[in-house]
Amino acid sequence: MDKNLERYSRQIFFPGIGEEGQRKLLNSYAVVIGCGALGTVIASSLARAGVGRLKIVDRDFVEENNLQRQILFDEEDVRENLPKAVAAQRKLEKINSHIQIESLVTDVNPTNIESILEGADLVMDGTDNFETRYLINDACVKHKIPWIYGACVSSYGLSMAIIPYETPCLRCVLETAPPAGATPTCDTAGVIAPIVNIIASIQVTEGLKILTQNWKALRKEIVMVDIWEGSFTKVDISQSREAVNCPTCKQGNFQFLEGKEGSYMTVLCGRDAVQITHKTPVQIQFESLAQKLQSLGEVSYNAYILKFKVNGFEMTLFPDGRSIIKGVKDPVIAKGLYAKYIGI
Amino acid sequence: MKVIINGEEREVPSGITILQLLQYLQVDKRVVAVEHNLQIVPKSAYEHQTLKEGDKLELVQFVGGG
Repeated sequence: MDKNLERYSRQIFFPGIGEEGQRKLLNSYAVVIGCGALGTVIASSLARAGVGRLKIVDRDFVEENNLQRQILFDEEDVRENLPKAVAAQRKLEKINSHIQIESLVTDVNPTNIESILEGADLVMDGTDNFETRYLINDACVKHKIPWIYGACVSSYGLSMAIIPYETPCLRCVLETAPPAGATPTCDTAGVIAPIVNIIASIQVTEGLKILTQNWKALRKEIVMVDIWEGSFTKVDISQSREAVNCPTCKQGNFQFLEGKEGSYMTVLCGRDAVQITHKTPVQIQFESLAQKLQSLGEVSYNAYILKFKVNGFEMTLFPDGRSIIKGVKDPVIAKGLYAKYIGI
Repeated sequence: MKVIINGEEREVPSGITILQLLQYLQVDKRVVAVEHNLQIVPKSAYEHQTLKEGDKLELVQFVGGG
């Protein structure tokens, strides 16, 4: 065996991958959107498997309550207030220094998703909301990039692999995104680590099949698991694409990508918090802003984020003007706080 | 009548529609995909598509977390 491949020998011995499959992995490029619970497991597995180029995209920063399930982070990352994408990149580079790893600290939205996904062989869903998933679906169908949906809450999760124009896409199966408040979130139902690991592992397995072009092995089912109940269900969707007049992959409507759907204020899963994103990114100078806020509350900042605590709210600000406001659930109040302290 | 829901045999009222089934099972129609005899059912058809004895149904509950 080629000396460079020895570290992957155990998966090369696996007939589904082999030396040829390993070379394909090393020549492939995967983008992980969202690096929380699912995303950290996915990114760790793909880096260890030797996917040659990985891009990790996340808008959030590491918090103590993430450590229960988000496997790439530790207490030091919390103390350093690191963005998740940056913390993940640092860990992944220690795990595998032979692959190329990029991190991108940003909110994925209609203005940037196409450039983020450009050239990708595979997109992995590590997001925590429907809005971004429908946006990923639009962008991946439009650019014919395979992507793997995965989601979980409580002890339940599900996954499906989407090969645009060959297998059903997300909107073939669920045409309309469930409205806000209709599904349980990490806020209301909590989540346990085992279901995260299972769903992420199913996603990774299908992802490895795609990157190694094992098309026949690809599952044509939606897999649903409730690990607490011990239920494992597969739903065959192989025949559903013909039957459905899908707005996205049949009619070519990309409403989420065109910004006709979706919003710029998001209530964040798992936290009492609202995110505000500018339609056009701005540039915030932390030093001067910190001086301005000093007399109003508690301010601290590093190269990546500025934190400002005032009246029970905690605002985290990123250099592109995006903010996560903690201690508030109403987006309108959040916007008011942003306007008051940062300025719109 | 008996139908198969997610692989399990269930007794449901005869001749009910998909919408009535979801109400009977207390499932929110906005968060599930329904497959009826291997075909995904568009939400617009829930009201008039009826079930027959022995039909196979799959209910896929979507969630947003991760």
